[in-house]
Amino acid sequence: MLVFLLRRLAQSVFVLIAMMVVVFFGVYMIGNPVDILISPDATPAEIEETMARFGFDQPVYIQFLKFVGNALQGDLGRSFVHGEPAVQLILSYMPATLELALLGLIFSIAIGVPLGVYAGYKADRWQGRAIMTGSIFGFSLPNFWVGMLLILIFAVELRWLPSTGRGETVEVLGLRLSIFSSNGLQYMILPALTLALYKASLVTRLARAGTQEALMQDYVKFARAKGISETRILFVHVLKNIMIPIITVLGLELGSMIAFAVVTETVFAWPGMGKLLIDSITTLDRPVIVAYLMLTVLIFIIINFAVDVIYTLLDPRVRVKGEAA
Amino acid sequence: MSSPVLRGLIAAAMAAAIPALPLAAQELRIGLASEPSSADPHFHNLGPNNQLRRNIFESLVGTDSAQQLMPLLAESWAPVSDTSWQFNLRKDVTFSDGSPFDAHDVVYTVCRIPGVPDSPSLFTTYTGGITGLEVVDPHTLIVHSAQPYPLMPTEFSTFGIISARANGVDGSALTFSPEGCGDDMPVPATQAFNDGSAAIGTGPFLLDSFRRGEGISLVRNPGYWGEAAHWERVTMLPLTSEGPRVAALIAGDVDFVENPPLQDLERLNADPGLRVVQGISNRVIYIHLDHKQAPSPMITGTDGANPLQDIRVREALTIAVNRDAIVERIMGGVAVSAGELLPPGMFGAHVEGDLPPRGFDADRARALLAEAGYPNGFGITIGTPNDRYINDAQVAQAVAQMWARIGVETQIDASTASTFFSRRNAFEFSAYLAGWGAGTGEMSSPLRALLATRNSDLGLGGTNRGQYSNPAMDAVLLEALRTVDDTARENLLRQASRMAMDDYAIIPLHYEVTPWAMRASIDYEPRADQYTLPYMIHPAN
Repeated sequence: MLVFLLRRLAQSVFVLIAMMVVVFFGVYMIGNPVDILISPDATPAEIEETMARFGFDQPVYIQFLKFVGNALQGDLGRSFVHGEPAVQLILSYMPATLELALLGLIFSIAIGVPLGVYAGYKADRWQGRAIMTGSIFGFSLPNFWVGMLLILIFAVELRWLPSTGRGETVEVLGLRLSIFSSNGLQYMILPALTLALYKASLVTRLARAGTQEALMQDYVKFARAKGISETRILFVHVLKNIMIPIITVLGLELGSMIAFAVVTETVFAWPGMGKLLIDSITTLDRPVIVAYLMLTVLIFIIINFAVDVIYTLLDPRVRVKGEAA
Repeated sequence: MSSPVLRGLIAAAMAAAIPALPLAAQELRIGLASEPSSADPHFHNLGPNNQLRRNIFESLVGTDSAQQLMPLLAESWAPVSDTSWQFNLRKDVTFSDGSPFDAHDVVYTVCRIPGVPDSPSLFTTYTGGITGLEVVDPHTLIVHSAQPYPLMPTEFSTFGIISARANGVDGSALTFSPEGCGDDMPVPATQAFNDGSAAIGTGPFLLDSFRRGEGISLVRNPGYWGEAAHWERVTMLPLTSEGPRVAALIAGDVDFVENPPLQDLERLNADPGLRVVQGISNRVIYIHLDHKQAPSPMITGTDGANPLQDIRVREALTIAVNRDAIVERIMGGVAVSAGELLPPGMFGAHVEGDLPPRGFDADRARALLAEAGYPNGFGITIGTPNDRYINDAQVAQAVAQMWARIGVETQIDASTASTFFSRRNAFEFSAYLAGWGAGTGEMSSPLRALLATRNSDLGLGGTNRGQYSNPAMDAVLLEALRTVDDTARENLLRQASRMAMDDYAIIPLHYEVTPWAMRASIDYEPRADQYTLPYMIHPAN
């Protein structure tokens, strides 16, 4: 068991290092940040001086070794653009992303589950088919297009909701959050809906399949025989049984919702980590890009690592294979 | 209506609705196209930062909408010798913490500028030429330089003044030296400006909050020495995507937006509740040619020769471009054809009509090519960014088609700005499209950067990535840069510009026109420097 865990740990560290190398050299190859950041009025001497100050005048392998050396001490560097530690910068953008992802998750369950259960119940009728056809749109429509459309309908035409930005925030446990303020919540609805659309379609399909299967089970037949209302059967008994796979999938999807809400955040000018990533890419802010992607990898590694550990605890076969090898 | 509950509800609903209206009269919400990287006035010499800076930290010299100098913290200035300028400072100015403004604050500011940690672009570009600062009395400052420095007042319009006293420094004990003013001089950290604690200036607004990605909030400075701004509070939101920015204006979430995209101008103009203003900017879009490398990296079919070294070829490429067609069809009329590198009306530019845009003449262009020994043309690739200037890649595409029509087979190599500028700076292109905004608002800026022979020591040719070199023009330009008398300098700059244009050194295409869109109830005078300055936004008459 210990050997297995150690080996998984070593593999995870390897993934992290590989990621760091790929991103560092990838961003290095795109271009020189000073070309973008410095004022066009700067004299050639000033450009050289700035390059030297950031260490860009040195060969790339030296820059990389320095970066690794600092990273080992927990310092991923300072943002070229903002002059602040990259990790601190990313963390300051994090609450906005987390709350948006959470609301998106709630929306996808609130929309997906009832639709899916209903579609499963009416699987062979037009209602069921209509919902399934509708869910194809949820899968296939691009995020930025959905976002713009929602803005046009709800902000420009109907004027029910604000179009972009972040509204009022309230401080909760030292974090500034919108989700607890009614004004802030209004600003969150459209981006959260955009984010939720894809997941809601996924949930609809999972819920439909689960419902169809569950409806054939004996306990449903028994409940019907007992005279329990269809609504109660569906939304109490069936629902309980189909939620397990849905929650598993959504848990995994939450990771990608946090790390890759880039498009939605850009369209809605939502000040989250995704927008920071895009802005950093356009300005070649290497420390932020590297730190961001490393943080993302770390999140996924931790999730996978936890899953692996739980598997070994639950499934003896995995453990045996690990020890045999 | 007798129900107390109902009445209460109605009252609550009205109370919720009412504050929106009176607030709107005093509050301005602006959608920014790009976000400043810091509230520190000396951290990053970048358009959005400088635009924000002007609201909070004033400079000695101001600039008006055509970028002409005007008094601000200095009431007047004049050269006192060949190498020194005297600035007479305003006497009634206080910083927002109550401390009075005087010449020591200027010394303190110039002392701080070279030492801002982690700065991606220092303001030493403007202060590097200062060799001495002499405080004659608290409101008289003499600035010394090694050489005659006619642009000194212009340089003093580029950076904001911070208070020595507010940062714990006794200004009168401070002496300036170009090597530094002493390592122990306490300076505020960039972070202290962003969190507002060091954001103490003399400007019409005070910084209320600076939240990255979320927005910047300003409040009116109650103790401002000049005309008070109309707005009690200004919120600037970074809405960097074009579509959502315009949508936010139409939806009423913001009152004013920068840079609405060209394709939306018609719709915005048609809306009676909105107003669009536009004005010519100091930014010229040009195509620079490789004058030096032979063989040039992206030229084919010439057996290794660089045809761009032949003035006839350069003239042919210049007159093959139909500028009016580009302005009309690609820029939607929102641009002005260019005959040189700075639009008429600005310092050192020719008077309208004196150096008009080169006329389009494809027949003559073909004849010139044949004369130069390329009757069948040659192949060339134009490098261009595709997300930096208005419709940049489309403009390059149009030029490529026009060149193809005279037999020069032209490809386009379009890439995102970060890649493009790095490649351009590595001299990878034989021809490239780019833009230049004259930060100082006068002709010496583009000539110095784009066309002067590259020379690190003199700070010339920094962006001359076509490596053009014309010693005769250099001489006139350097003469202009030494001439303190405005009339004489302007004539020299015009002369230098004409020399470069007669040599077809560069192909000017058009001057960008900057649009702003806003509610019909407010108005804004377009600015050549493309800045959005909330204190200049007024209710419409």
